[in-house]
This record gives sequence, structure tokens and C-alpha cells, in this order.
Amino acid sequence: MTRVVVTVMPREGVLDPQGQAVQGALGRLGFAGVTDVRLGRRIELELDGPDPLATAQQMCERLLANALIEDFSVALED
Amino acid sequence: MVAVVRFPGTLDHDSAARAVQAAGGTATGAWHQDTELPAGTTAVVIPGGFSYGDHLRPGAIASRSPIMDAIRRHADAGGLVLGICNGFQVLCEAGLLPGVLRTNATTSFVCRQMTLEVIDHDTPFTQGLTDTLSIPIKNHDGAWFGDPTTARIVLGYGHENPLGSVASAAGVANQAGNVLGLMPHPEEAVDPLLGSVDGLGLFRALVRA
Amino acid sequence: MTTTPLHRQLGLTDDEFARIPELIGRAPSDAELVMFSLMWSEHCSYKHSRRLLRRFPTAAPQVLQGPGENAGAVDVGDGWAVALKIESHNHPSAVEPFEGAATGVGGIVRDILALGARPIALLDSLRFGSLESARSRHLFTRAVAGIGHYGNCIGVPTVGGEVAFDDRYEDSCLVNAMCVGLVRSDGMLKSAAFGDGNLLVLIGNRTGKDGIGGASVLASAELSEDDADKRPSVQVGDPFTERKLMDCCLELAGADLFLALQDFGAAGLTSAASEMAAKGGVGLDIDLNQIPLREAQMTAAEILVSESQERMLGLVAPSQLDAVLATCTRWELDANVIGTVTSTGNFTARHNGEIVVDIPALALTDDAPAYDVPQVPADPPTPLRLDDIAAPDDLAEAWRALLARPNVASKRWIYEQYDHLVGANTIRRPGGDAAVVRIPGMQRALALTTDCAERHCEIDPRGGGRATVFEAARNIVCTGARPYAASDCLNFANPEKGNTGWRLAEVIEGLSEALESIGVPIVSGNVSLYNESPARAIYPTPVVGMVGLLEDASTSIGHGFLADGDVVILLGGGRARVDASEWVGDAIGAPERPNLDDEARLIAAMLRLAATGRVHSAHDVSDGGIAIALTESALAGNVGCHVHLAEDRRNDEVLFGESGGRILVTCAPDGLDAIRAAAGDTPCAVIGTVGGDTVRVEIGSEIVSLDLTDARAVYELTLPKAIA
Repeated sequence: MTRVVVTVMPREGVLDPQGQAVQGALGRLGFAGVTDVRLGRRIELELDGPDPLATAQQMCERLLANALIEDFSVALED
Repeated sequence: MVAVVRFPGTLDHDSAARAVQAAGGTATGAWHQDTELPAGTTAVVIPGGFSYGDHLRPGAIASRSPIMDAIRRHADAGGLVLGICNGFQVLCEAGLLPGVLRTNATTSFVCRQMTLEVIDHDTPFTQGLTDTLSIPIKNHDGAWFGDPTTARIVLGYGHENPLGSVASAAGVANQAGNVLGLMPHPEEAVDPLLGSVDGLGLFRALVRA
Repeated sequence: MTTTPLHRQLGLTDDEFARIPELIGRAPSDAELVMFSLMWSEHCSYKHSRRLLRRFPTAAPQVLQGPGENAGAVDVGDGWAVALKIESHNHPSAVEPFEGAATGVGGIVRDILALGARPIALLDSLRFGSLESARSRHLFTRAVAGIGHYGNCIGVPTVGGEVAFDDRYEDSCLVNAMCVGLVRSDGMLKSAAFGDGNLLVLIGNRTGKDGIGGASVLASAELSEDDADKRPSVQVGDPFTERKLMDCCLELAGADLFLALQDFGAAGLTSAASEMAAKGGVGLDIDLNQIPLREAQMTAAEILVSESQERMLGLVAPSQLDAVLATCTRWELDANVIGTVTSTGNFTARHNGEIVVDIPALALTDDAPAYDVPQVPADPPTPLRLDDIAAPDDLAEAWRALLARPNVASKRWIYEQYDHLVGANTIRRPGGDAAVVRIPGMQRALALTTDCAERHCEIDPRGGGRATVFEAARNIVCTGARPYAASDCLNFANPEKGNTGWRLAEVIEGLSEALESIGVPIVSGNVSLYNESPARAIYPTPVVGMVGLLEDASTSIGHGFLADGDVVILLGGGRARVDASEWVGDAIGAPERPNLDDEARLIAAMLRLAATGRVHSAHDVSDGGIAIALTESALAGNVGCHVHLAEDRRNDEVLFGESGGRILVTCAPDGLDAIRAAAGDTPCAVIGTVGGDTVRVEIGSEIVSLDLTDARAVYELTLPKAIA
């Protein structure tokens, strides 16, 4: 059993209104110097099978990320 | 006969069926697990709602349902497909339409009557329609994002674009014009009692096909 | 060092604890004690209000189901019934407003579903502290987001409601949710279990540790500083599963596969099962191991009291079990047989092969304690001396400033976050006096509203109770619908302290008198007590959710002026007074106690006016008085008006004073005779004409006017600015 962590983030340059909303809220709470906030998604996959990283990669390409607006990365978790 | 597709979480299938009837046609249901469209299907509508709770991305999981292959074949053969709101999201996720629908610029749900501009009268859906249509939007993730120079933008929000759609796009078609996705809800504009009948034209197109 | 006994930690008094062995013949196990503590809590047992609630008028020819089931129901003709109920989720919303409000919606929807009814509309009634408070802004914006999130995802239109902001709610916000549903009269389900060997089937989400000791305990205790500790108790909603649950259960109900149906609410399985057993006079034998769990290790007690959401409990005949399970599988929902009906009368639960609970179901329900609340009258109201209220130098400025108050300004910022259209049956959208929703498949429609006159209730609870009902009824008749049924949500402070108990009794009396005068029954309701903190208590806030019946959906009336040249009419003899008004902004003065006959006659008159077919618009005169009512009608119709008002004590009071039933009506000039005839002996005064681009009022020699474009900007931008 292997745990693979997938991180899906908005692509660079794509407007992230949620990130902006959070940035505004942090500023109003008194946190200075927040130059950028981006919101993404973390997906934890428990995989049985020979090549978990490659499998996770395919899962991202076929479902977990939308290539038009999202980038993803996959990593094994110890 | 117009097939009205339903996924777990689809909400506007009943009102879409009633709109088909109001436009003079008959509607029948198509379940997401089916591998074929119902016999005699001449057009397809994918109604609005929150299929699979909008989990992962709106329309993402539904777009990978068994019924989508049958819809793809129908579209490839020139059949009409109308995707409304979540239906538009499903069609984009399935690659049947360009682009993707993102969270509204307001980061909130917006339910509001809109005046749409008909930009392209050359599709089976939009031929013969007036230049403006009063049809409401009600969505959380309706900002169309795509390439406006290559996409066929058929309906627009004009100056009032609360969703933040690229090029104020409200409805986008495939190049052939037989697949149309729009965020506004024409099934909410088929009865004077609801405030507008401007949505009937789109359903008449489905019924005529 | 002594430790607090378990029963006291759980909120039971020593006397209550002593009663238990008398009822069950032995000392209770810990699991049983927890069950008693929840079932005998205020929220579940209504122990401090039950006796007073009996006063409500609950009978009427249209009533098919009165109080006592998960929701009430009334006959709407052609074999159809409308189910309705309003319920509070106040304390969870104060702790976690998004999920608290969301799960409040989920809970009320399941109450309607338990009758086998299809939910067709939602409304919400909200109270928060002033929007100048960051905390109240947070609670308000998150609660609205939560209501929208849940209601929108399940596809039930949220078509109406109300919100008010007052310092008295700063520490105790109110979130009341109302749901209305449609069911075949002969297909209505009840919750009583029956028939030895019949099966209990749990459908829906897995059971976790949500709300362990949550809603029931929170609702019985005043909130204090350490309520952050209560955060893990708040339930998290899953509207997608709720939607599947609705579709699945309605399909099963429609196929007559349920013998009875119950939803899981406060106190979870404990309350759901004990109520089914008690109502049917039967026993239930439940195997807790059959309940699918979300957490690996849960004790029997935790399983029994878990308030995990999106679960229903169905009674199924053994011969129909396969059909039920197959339907649930198709809807991708878990369904498990968790118990059977017995004739022991006991709630028996087994865990890991051992009996952990074995008590008479009635001990948990019907034998719950009932208390009288102290009746200490408050001082009689002190009339306001008008001289004590500064007269504004500039009436137009004062008018603008009133429009710019969150309590008065447009609520569009709220209702545009709600899908108020789904289902394509919304005839009159939010923003008017009442929403109007066509009954699917019929020509008839329902008018829906929630209202409360809390400041009036604070000062004169009997009068405030009456005012609440009449305000709701006027909002209904302004659409042309006939007031038909009501559900109440009584939000009060601690009834064991001060005058609260007396206010509770007086409000109930006032509500009842008014309901009786117009023939509207209470068919369901809810009570929420202990809404206070050491610093402040809420106003007595009895929210009434009222349903009206409109024979022909196409005849509904809106509140916007329709046409240039129309005649503006003031119907009703109410007097404008500043007491308890939004204008003075506080619960001060001595507002007139509504006269039952006058108010009932006004409501009947408006119905007769509507029946002429000549009414172009109708709008209840309430918050902000006639100036605001005129402004709202002008903005909605995008055309101004010019009216003359009679002088009274002072011009600001004439413009902004409230109290007394008054309705603003317009009609074409050639409709005036019919309108006058229909009004009968209810005062019906022509006061002006529709037209122009200002709202212009003449009082004696003084002329005050507001430009429509300017008014619209103030009206629409107030709420968005206040929460920015």
C-alpha cells in the first residue's frame, strides 16, 4: 500500500479569484506583506499496485486535473 | 424525441422536460449509467444541477459517465446537444466544447435575470432568434475560460458580466454548431408566469431536429 | 475534591435523575443516561414550553396533519397536500455559521421528506447583531453562504425569508429555516412504527461523531466564552447525499415501499427510534453493529446519539426489503437493516452481542418532564413622548438615511446567492411581501412568508404576538392569496429567569388570538430557548412562517407600481406611530396593541380587493412606515408617485411611523369604483397618483421628495457596503 500525494494548483497566469479573496481577507486581519495567495487541492491516494507514481500521473491526466487551467504534481509520501 | 440526461445530483431535468413539452416536443429520460441513448432520440439536453455535488470540479465526474460516449457519437453524427449550466460544464469537461467553466468572479452563487445578446445566428439553435434574450443565470461556477479567437461564442452577457466570463461569453458552440453549451437557464424562461418566454426558441430547435 | 456527577454534567437535574429508576425499574446504564439527558433536554422534550404550546389553535377544515409529526400538512385540493414546518438551528450557527445554517436547511428538508413530501420551497428567518460588529458580519455572511450552499445543491428554491440586525442578537444569532413540500393526501407517511417483525432500514450517510452531545445540549445551555470547545460538536452537511436521499426516499414512498418514515435530527438514532416506537406503542430491537460507521471505534453511546446528517429511518415490510435495497443501490446510497419492531414497548439496543440499552420508549418521550415557567409580568410599556425624539431638520435626508439602514435596505445581496428559481415554478421572486410558488402540476399557487415583530414583542408581548401574525397575513394577502396555514418558531431567552416565561406565555396568547381571528391553524413548529449570554438576551422572537393559497397562479399581485396614472390608495385605518419603529430603532414606547377585529377585517378586505382583478399592486406598510413602502413600490416598478398624507402629530412620524394595519394599493383610475366597493367599511383612502421619477409626499404644506435614481443607489448599495 503506497500513499501518493497529488497537488493540483491553478496554472500560472490564470486568474485565481478565490486566492484573491483570501489575500484580501488576510490583509483585513492585519497580515502585512502578503504578495500572493493561490488556492489548490491536495489529493491523497492509497494505491495498491506496481507503479503508483505512474498510475497517479494517469489519474491526473484523465480526471483529477483539468489541463486547461490546472497544473499538477505527484509525489510519494513516506 | 428529446433525451434529457440525468446524473446523480442533476436538478433541472424535470423543468427541462417541461420546456421540451412547452416547445411542442416529447421528452424522455436518459440515465448516466446507460451506454446508449433511448431509441428514437433526435436531440439531447444535459440539464443543470450539481451532478456529483460539483465534487472535484463541476461536471468532471459526470463527464466520465457511460452515457457520454453515446452522446459523443450522437454529436459526431451531427445530432443536436444542448448543455445547460452544469450541462455546459459537463460538455467542456468531456471535450465536446472548448474551454472550462470556473468559479464566478464574485466567488459567490449568482441568481439573476440577464439580458443575453445573440452574437451568432448561424447555428441550428440560434437561427431565427431575436437579438436579445431575457434568461436568468443561477450558478456558482459560470465564468467561461477559453480562447475567444478560436471558440465559437454564440451568446454573450454584453456589458453586465458578473461572472467574469472571458469575452463575456454566456454560450459557446462547437465549430459545427450542433453542440451548444450555455450557463443561463432557458427552461426558466418558457412561461409568461415566469417572466419571460425567450428560452422557448432554444427548445424549439431541439424539437425541430 | 468532588467531581460533578455524570447526570449533572449531562444537564439533568437531580430530580430528573431520580425519576429515571422510577420509570425503568433500575439505575440506568451510562448509555441509557446519555439518552435520557438528550431526550429530556429542552430541545428534544420542550419541557418548559410544552404546556404553553397547547394554547395554539391547530384545527381547521384544511388540516390533514397537525402538530405531532415531523411536519404539519394541509389539503390544497385535487388530492394534494402541502407540508410545512419551520425550525431553528441557532446555537450550532453561532458556533460555526456556515455549517450550522447549512445543516439547519438539511434538517428541515428531511422533516418534510419524512411525510413523503417533495420539498418545493425554502425560506429563512435570520437575526444577527449590528453589522458594525465584525463578529456579526462574519456570522451573517457565512450563514447566508451556508444556506445557499446547501439549498442550491439540493435543488430546492430558497424563495424568501427575512433578516434583521440588532444589538440584542450579538451574542445569540438566530437561524430559522422553513420548508414547504408537496405530497398526495392519500400518500402521506407518518412516523409511528407498527407490526411485529417489520424492519427498520437506515438509509444515507455513515454514522460518525458529528454533534455528539451537539444540538440538544447546546440548545439547552446559554453560550459563554468557551464555546470554542463546542466546535467539534457541529455537524457538517453533505447536500449531494441529501439530494440522492430525497430522490431515493420519494421514489420509495411513491411506490408504497415505506410503512413509516422518520428523519434523524437532534439526538440522532435515540430520538428517531424512540419516537417511532412511542408513537406506535411498540418496541424496537436495534443492532448497533449493523450501522455503517465513519470512524473506526465508536462506543454504543456515541452511535446512539450521533447527529451525523443525511440519514433517514424507514419502516419496511420484510417482503419489500429487496425492492427497497435495490432502489437505494441505484441511487448510490447505503441502506442497512438495523432493527425490527417488537411488542415489548422497549427501546432495546445491542452492541457486540450484548444488550446495552433496554428501556421503555415512552420513558424517553412521553414521560419526559414538563415544567411550568415562572410568570413574572414585565412593567407596563412607557408611552413615548414625541418631544423626546429629535425631529429631523431635513426630512428628505432622514428618509435617505432610513433607506440606508441594513434593516430597511434591499436584501438583494442575500437572495441573489440563493437559487430562488430551480424547478421553474417561482412566480414572484424574493424582494416583495411574499414569494409566490406555483404548485407543480396545478393552476394553484402558494404564497410564502416568514415574519416577526420582535420589538413589539419585547414591549408588549401579547400585542407583539398579534402583530407578528397580522404582518405575516398581510404579506400573504398582498399577493392575492388567502392565509391558509402557519408554522411557528419561538425563539426566546432563558424562560426560568426574569420576565421571559411571562413573555413566552403572553406571546403564545397573542399569536393564538390573532390566528383564531383569521382562521389560520398552527400545524407545526419549534421552540428555541436559552438564547442569551451573560451580557444580553434576545428580544422575544416568535417567527411565524405562513402559507397562503392562491387559486390561480396567473392572478398573483406584486408590490411594484405598474403604470403611470394609476391611483394610489391607502387601505386600513392604522395610525403611524414612532413607538418601537425602525425609525426610533429601539424597543421603546408603547405600540398600539393590534385590534383583532380591525386587522381581520383589513385582511378580508384586501382579499376582496384582489378578487376584483383590478389591483395593480399591493404592498404592506411595515418597517420604515409609508415612506419606505412607497419607495419600495416605486423602485420595483421603476416609476415614482405623488401622494398627499394627512397631518398628524409630526411629519417624520407620518412618514416613518409604523403600527396598525395599512396596505398600499394601486389600480387604474377606472378600477377605483370596484376597489372602493370591495373595501366595504375598511378605510380606503385615495392618497395620490403613480408617475414621474421621484417619490413625492405632501403633508400639509410640507413637500418631501426623493429622486428615484438616488433612492435606488442607496437602497441597493447599503448591504454590500455594510459587509465589505
